[in-house]
Amino acid sequence: MHEERSQLMQTLFGRLSLEAIPYHEPILLATFAVAALLGGSLFGYVTYQRKWGYLYREWFCSIDHKKIGIMYMVLGIVMLIRGFADAIMMRLQQAIAFGDAAGYLPPHHYDQIFTAHGVIMIFFVAMPLITGLMNYIVPLQIGARDVAFPFLNNFSFWMTSAGAALVMVSLFIGEFAKTGWLAYPPLSGVAYSPDVGVDYYIWSLQIAGVGTLLSGVNLLATIVKMRAPGMTLMKMPIFTWTALCTNVLIVAAFPVLTAVLVLLSLDRYVGTAFFTNDFGGNPMMYVNLIWIWGHPEVYILILPVFGVFSEVVSTFSRKRLFGYASMVYATVVITILSYLVWLHHFFTMGSGASVNSFFGITTMIISIPTGAKIFNWLFTMYRGRIQFEVPMLWTIGFMVTFVVGGMTGVLLAVPPADFVLHNSLFLIAHFHNVIIGGVVFGVFAGINFWFPKATGFKLDPFWGKTSFWFWFVGFWFAFMPLYVLGLMGVTRRLSHFDDPSLQIWFQIAAFGAVLILFGIVAFLVQIYVSIRDREKLRDHTGDPWGGRTLEWSTSSPPPDYNFAFTPVVREQDAWWDMKARGHQRPLQGYLPIHMPKSTGAGLLLAGLSAVCGFAFIWHIWWLVVASFVALIGSAIAHTFNYNRDFYIPADVVTRVENERTRLLAQQG
Amino acid sequence: MLVRMLPKLLLPVLALLLAGCETVVMSPSGDVAVQQRNLIVASTILMLLIIVPVIALTLFFAWRYRASNTDAPYDPEWNHSTALELVIWSAPLLIIIALGALTWIGTHTLDPYRPLDRIEAGRPLAPDAKTLKVQVVAMDWKWLFLYPDYGVASVNELAAPVDMPIQFQITASTVMNSFFIPALAGQIYAMPGMQTELNAVINRAGDFEGFSANYSGAGFSGMRFRFKALDAAGFDAWIAKARAEGGSLQREDYLQLEKPSERDPVRWYANVPADLYPAILNMCVEKTKMCMSEMMAIDANGGMGKEGLFNVSHLIYDQPRARGAHATIKGKDYVSALCPVPGAPAPSEHAARLAP
Amino acid sequence: MAHSATQALGTADTSGFYDLRGEHHPENGTMLGFWLYLMSDCLVFAVLFAMYGVVGGSYAAGPSPKDLFDLPLVAVNTSMLLFSSITYGFAMLEMQRNRQSATLLWLAVTGLFGVAFVSLEIYEFLHLIHEGAGPQRSAFLSAFFTLVGTHGLHVSFGIIWLITLMVQVTRRGLSVENRRRLNCLSLFWHFLDVVWIGVFTFVYLMGVLR
Repeated sequence: MHEERSQLMQTLFGRLSLEAIPYHEPILLATFAVAALLGGSLFGYVTYQRKWGYLYREWFCSIDHKKIGIMYMVLGIVMLIRGFADAIMMRLQQAIAFGDAAGYLPPHHYDQIFTAHGVIMIFFVAMPLITGLMNYIVPLQIGARDVAFPFLNNFSFWMTSAGAALVMVSLFIGEFAKTGWLAYPPLSGVAYSPDVGVDYYIWSLQIAGVGTLLSGVNLLATIVKMRAPGMTLMKMPIFTWTALCTNVLIVAAFPVLTAVLVLLSLDRYVGTAFFTNDFGGNPMMYVNLIWIWGHPEVYILILPVFGVFSEVVSTFSRKRLFGYASMVYATVVITILSYLVWLHHFFTMGSGASVNSFFGITTMIISIPTGAKIFNWLFTMYRGRIQFEVPMLWTIGFMVTFVVGGMTGVLLAVPPADFVLHNSLFLIAHFHNVIIGGVVFGVFAGINFWFPKATGFKLDPFWGKTSFWFWFVGFWFAFMPLYVLGLMGVTRRLSHFDDPSLQIWFQIAAFGAVLILFGIVAFLVQIYVSIRDREKLRDHTGDPWGGRTLEWSTSSPPPDYNFAFTPVVREQDAWWDMKARGHQRPLQGYLPIHMPKSTGAGLLLAGLSAVCGFAFIWHIWWLVVASFVALIGSAIAHTFNYNRDFYIPADVVTRVENERTRLLAQQG
Repeated sequence: MLVRMLPKLLLPVLALLLAGCETVVMSPSGDVAVQQRNLIVASTILMLLIIVPVIALTLFFAWRYRASNTDAPYDPEWNHSTALELVIWSAPLLIIIALGALTWIGTHTLDPYRPLDRIEAGRPLAPDAKTLKVQVVAMDWKWLFLYPDYGVASVNELAAPVDMPIQFQITASTVMNSFFIPALAGQIYAMPGMQTELNAVINRAGDFEGFSANYSGAGFSGMRFRFKALDAAGFDAWIAKARAEGGSLQREDYLQLEKPSERDPVRWYANVPADLYPAILNMCVEKTKMCMSEMMAIDANGGMGKEGLFNVSHLIYDQPRARGAHATIKGKDYVSALCPVPGAPAPSEHAARLAP
Repeated sequence: MAHSATQALGTADTSGFYDLRGEHHPENGTMLGFWLYLMSDCLVFAVLFAMYGVVGGSYAAGPSPKDLFDLPLVAVNTSMLLFSSITYGFAMLEMQRNRQSATLLWLAVTGLFGVAFVSLEIYEFLHLIHEGAGPQRSAFLSAFFTLVGTHGLHVSFGIIWLITLMVQVTRRGLSVENRRRLNCLSLFWHFLDVVWIGVFTFVYLMGVLR
């Protein structure tokens, strides 16, 4: 009787049972309580305001690149809070777990946390934030009305969100991987990680990866095909250039991740022998393949923020960017070279000296174009009139911080040096130095820079500066001790230490993490205060900083159609040039504008993908089949919808543009 | 002139930075690690040549050209200078050329596979010098050291005589680890079914720390061992102690030892069979399993044809070592092997070198 | 700012700044986008080929390609796929002549060739598994099944897509959208053909010759 029932339960729920809910772990229970409380009150608030319909129609189904861009940013910031919670838990554990004190996180829990921290920060914080920036800004910068494939854009966003949702679900149902963020086999194989953790890892990355790949294809086609008349490649804004290169990297790198994760999942689900020790498998192949994706990924993250800094530095130095052409060449060189360096992540695997030197030297060569970029920003500031607005602060903070990270990076590229520093906290300090000092600072610069474009009012500068200083100082406190610890021979991913002389450094690092916490809180306060005081911070011109590129030529926030008339480009800094030539807005003669229609299909398809992934994770085979069939069916059904576009009538355009004319007139 | 003075200006800063932290990586006790340290210092100085001016210029320009300083020149259209472009591309280029040369030479002289040619700076290796051979196995979660020339082995304690070259042969039992003694030399991965090598020498007597530098699961934090650098007499005493106090390490004992455990106390073994390490490396300590070396030899000759389809029970390596209470690996059909399992397979030359 | 919105309506000279006649229609990016997708798919195959290249000789003391592959069967299979590409080409020619039913006919023939290809492949796989040479037996077989199977999955999706398009052409004729879709599927179909030539050469021919 009992046997029969469990057979039925097995069929219905796979390996999912009540035991998968971690109700015996107080930390997770508390997290769940907080998440439920926050989620519940948000849900209640939206319901009370009767905004579900609005949210669904105007945002979830929207194919407007601007709204999707904002949703990407929100996703990235929410996940930043989750990823940072992991970080501060690790810092606390490492600050107290010495000698007899085991700390409060057993390895079982700690190992999930550092894995989740890495995965979340790269895939669900950094990627959404830079994708969000590119999504919002690139079409505006090239004078387009949307991206090339607006529906795909919405679908990509929801796939990324579905991946993020699966990672979050792993907190409360089952567990996450305990393998480190790249899940090297054989450890991530079914023999040594039999639980659902690695499966959560695989499926969340696969689903999000589809979104990233499609968004890469989309933006690439947008930049290549949809630039305003006159905007030749060498007249593109530098941010668009970096976005172009980043999306080339995405399209050329993410398929490798997809393929290698497919191979890992075949090992786990089917019992193939790619990366196991059995039957002639080769785990080293996984390490090679994942880094062939992984290294370009680093540049996918950093290139767009190089673009952000270029825009910010020339805008706030009130001066043309120094060495535009060499900036472009530097970006392209980095793009190409980023494929020739992957082996530097595992010099210690025992490749020969010649192979190691080759990859070490190619890595160093990347620092040449990167150095040229730094100098270009430097000489943009030279003979400028520098305004220390918040975006510019982040930029200068970046220039000072990033070069240190670059230096330690080149140091790690020297193979014999890497032999003693590899996998140490020195390495951790290095990549946080470039990712926080580069990507995070750049994203904050970008948010502060373009926020008025997206909302029509500036962000509050006081809280912006507070946030910057907490982040900046906190960063140095949190990571300089890690450099020292690395030189003391302390390796990464340890949850407990024997040597009491290390403790002080970990305590300093924990203090730094607390400062960063204040930085994040100050950023959230900044958003809140700015929304509260929005009338005071309002900008009607659409060009609050004296901008140089086309996104500043339209209103803030831009109308659905971005530009009533497509701008004609003559110079590099197209908007600056138009202003210099005595720009006049056309005030009549508006035409109907062809636009794509909203659709809920993206949300549906991504939701079905998440269900399918969940079913795979828990081996609920009937649900796998059902959701997969539904997925294919809905995709096919979607192709039968030919009614995908509409015209904004000329009188609507006229009304919107006349309102802008009125506001501009008020401004004087 | 400024450029020429920079190194002089930087040295005190650097000295402070380095002396400030008496760290093991910066003050190691083995010749290989010392050379690696020197390379770190040289590269850092080379790079500081460019990093320090950049940081200084950034702060200086930010201050000098602030909007409120209307005395400073303002040139909004100035955006190109061929001479300057040349400098900003060639300055990093020159440094990278220097660093690249340093890297090429350093990587070849410090190749862990290369036998040593000196004991310390100014002390070349005598042609008849003896080399200590140590075979290292990273296990869940402890270290096994085998001394093939002495027939002894130890867990979580490694001993070596001062100033004698040591040749490590390194493998792992289940997952990837990294063998690292910061005071002695840089690390190298320990991987199951594969062998890596490390040549090093310790120049000062002492008790140093060694550990796994690559995360390998729940017991990783405790996967540490002591490295005792002893004088010749002390080393002989250590070997004698291992012989006197050591237990037995036959294949069955190894299979017991191989089970996952954490923070194991130091243990010694005497009379370790010479074929144990090759069997570990080839993942055939259980005699019913086909050794990897044999398998690869068969494969190199075109496999065993369809007859070979059914000898699978001898090929499953991971299954008996699987972690977790509810490991869900399906059983596989198997038929007995076609050929007897050799007792002492030759050590495989299938080392982990990607390019020899 | 440089705006002078107070200027009287219509007198401003804005023609230099904007395309006032709405003539700037961005080129359609679908073919480029689809081409980019295909290139990314190509990289997936590249990884699988690389994997096969690395572990293709690891028979785990089991059978090698010589022992397993049935070249005449694969030759028939290959010809099915090559014929399907030709017939797809005929379908496109008919589409250009605006002949809907002829287009549909050639599409149906293409689909049948595709089904034949997939069926033969499934037969081959089942036969191998039945013999005991399944994807679990050796790294070589894992890589073989994955590479060939991924290609077969692509063809299967192509067939589903083809049927969908046939229904859509039947319903809405050779409209602009449907032509665009047929063009995309055409690219996809020929791409799979090219990949298969790689598979046939590197996996089957060179496997047997080795």
